[in-house]
Amino acid sequence: MTKTGGEIIWECLVRQGVKHVFGYPGGAILPAYDAMTRYPIHHILVRHEQGATHMADGYARASGGVGVAIATSGPGATNMVTGIATAMMDSSPIVCITGQVGSKLIGYDAFQETDITGVTLPITKHNYLVTHADEVARTIREAFYIAASGRPGPVLIDITKDAQQSSCEFEWEAAAPQLPGYRPDLSPEPEDYDHALSLINTARRPVILAGHGVIISGAMHVLRSFAEKSGIPVAPTLLGLGCFPASHPLNLGMMGMHGEAWVNKAIQEADLLLAFGMRFDDRVTGNVKTYAPTAKKIHVEIDPAEINKNIKVDVGLVGDLRQVLQHLLPDVESVDRSEWRQYIDELKGDSAVRDIQNLPDDGHLYAAHVINDLWRETHGGALVVTDVGQHQMWEAQYYHHEQPRSLITSGGLGTMGFAVPAAIGAKFARPEAEVWAVVGDGGFQMTMAELATMVQEKIDIKIAIINNGYLGMVRQWQEFFYERRYAATPLLSPDFVKLAEAFGIRATAVSQRAHVVPTIREAREYRGPVLIDFQVEQEDTVYPMVPAGADLHNMIRRPSPIVETAQDV
Amino acid sequence: MLNTFVVYVENKPGVLNRVASLFRRRAFNIESLTVGHTDKPGVSRMTIVVDTDEQGALRAEANLYKLVNVLLVNNVTGGPAVMRDLAMIKVAATPETRSHLLQLVHVFRARVVDVAPESVIIEITGTEDKIDGLLEVLRPFGILEMVRTGRVAMSRGAKSAAAAVGGMAELAIPPEMRDDEDVSYSV
Repeated sequence: MTKTGGEIIWECLVRQGVKHVFGYPGGAILPAYDAMTRYPIHHILVRHEQGATHMADGYARASGGVGVAIATSGPGATNMVTGIATAMMDSSPIVCITGQVGSKLIGYDAFQETDITGVTLPITKHNYLVTHADEVARTIREAFYIAASGRPGPVLIDITKDAQQSSCEFEWEAAAPQLPGYRPDLSPEPEDYDHALSLINTARRPVILAGHGVIISGAMHVLRSFAEKSGIPVAPTLLGLGCFPASHPLNLGMMGMHGEAWVNKAIQEADLLLAFGMRFDDRVTGNVKTYAPTAKKIHVEIDPAEINKNIKVDVGLVGDLRQVLQHLLPDVESVDRSEWRQYIDELKGDSAVRDIQNLPDDGHLYAAHVINDLWRETHGGALVVTDVGQHQMWEAQYYHHEQPRSLITSGGLGTMGFAVPAAIGAKFARPEAEVWAVVGDGGFQMTMAELATMVQEKIDIKIAIINNGYLGMVRQWQEFFYERRYAATPLLSPDFVKLAEAFGIRATAVSQRAHVVPTIREAREYRGPVLIDFQVEQEDTVYPMVPAGADLHNMIRRPSPIVETAQDV
Repeated sequence: MLNTFVVYVENKPGVLNRVASLFRRRAFNIESLTVGHTDKPGVSRMTIVVDTDEQGALRAEANLYKLVNVLLVNNVTGGPAVMRDLAMIKVAATPETRSHLLQLVHVFRARVVDVAPESVIIEITGTEDKIDGLLEVLRPFGILEMVRTGRVAMSRGAKSAAAAVGGMAELAIPPEMRDDEDVSYSV
């Protein structure tokens, strides 16, 4: 049948199973928007194209499927750049469709012309410029396949206005992907399996480092069997939180810059690290020269380019994590490692005493209290979407995730402004989930225009602003490393309650600890969006902390109320 | 250390940009990059010379494979391979110096491809060393202009990288319909 390029876009999206598209119309994408009304796809009008990409990203991470964002040429497309880079760093499968000026105008600096395929070249897994209607179908099919397979990532399709307007024969079957150079289905060599198994079965002090890849490949169950059979404790990365139940006795807690001190020490003293679907980011290794010096390392990873990139490993198993673990599991021996686990337990030392949850109430409201109360009130069952900064780390520390895809956060790129739009996307993907956006006062103001999107779409999201009047994480660095010279970090905010009310959103401000739980309860009972402005302690600090580039075991720890020594600070 | 990669790519718009952008983005230093058609329609062949160590070369190779349009990467640095560079050198030549020039050209097995009243163009094919050697002896005559292609390389023996690319092209069937024998990757 004959269709216009614009129609073919939606024909293909429907066949790819797309139900929601996040976008913003404009001149060069108008033919596609005109065709949209004839297809059963719900379009969510965003307030800024960055929001559309974060929504698609949140949608993808909450569902495990592909998120779709659409925008016009020029500024519409460039506004997507931050969201695309965010998805790239965190291996999130999104497809971004942009309009482009007519093919005859390309290169002539036409109105709203931007070379968006050039701009996004290093921040997409792949991208396309489509100039003919008969290329649209194959390109969309390839884009979805590339975005979701192997190590997932964003794919951008730039379609010229004339390609959307002109017509051609549309045949779905004939437009199958042709990607002779794309091999996402690698698997390890048998001898590498053998080498890995001999290291695993003889290790006395092993630790599993569990990353985002566990969730992406759906390896949660086999990871659990692996850990339980071998008795090897598990330390998740930030993006790995939820891949292994927080309450599981083998779960040590998060590693890295703001991870638990004992976890980092255990890594430093381990004799074997099993890196599962993680990439030894500098935020988890600290100084790579002194990282886990006594440990052999096995790296299971789907992206060959990650092997030996940051940390030299002894065995690299390139392949899908779930398949690799299933292959290893029968030959993994049950070894008594209780002594090692007990030793790690002893490493905790006085950590519990230093935990802010256990400090006496001094009348102040701390962010950690808010998040811990939120965890308790939601029974750990909410889908939490965070922004970036101190509140993000407190969320990771004090909201204990039992389920995969229950925490969505911008890890690699650290994109402020992520939380509110990503939460909207997540809610569309999982309407039955209780979605909380936990966001700082700084990041919230970057994308708060999307409150209008929430209201227009009548979706039920709860927003917890952790409001400390500072760009808190930057302030913390200034406190530690720049002698408290708070350059440009004090932050004036509007009255968030009035602001929310202007959008038609119910809102409350909380500044006392006693009001936290009742307010959370009220918000949960209300059907519809609620914003809570938690006005917390202004100069609070995320502990413990590995200063950037320092050795992983040299953490700055929260001063203990009992033994406060110079060494602590 | 100079590493020489032979890279087969799909001849799609922007593919050269993708490859060059990759090296820039990962902070590799390209010494030379040549590209041309192969005997197979739609497939181009690049020879890329990169100054990096062994680890860097492995990283470059793995990252090249991540490009969707890259079909095959072959690091020919270690193995036996023929490496060639072509140069055209325009040298000032007076009637007095011309015969001396021609002697040097003969010794280096180069060719004179153009003679003008006050200059000649010399064409030479060979390793970079050999071309550098010729340049050295020509310099006193006065080099007016020079162009070099950059290195091209081919492995010795019957083993054909092109055959492997031919095999890969057969995979241009829908991935979901592809008979999935696993591809092994050794690190």
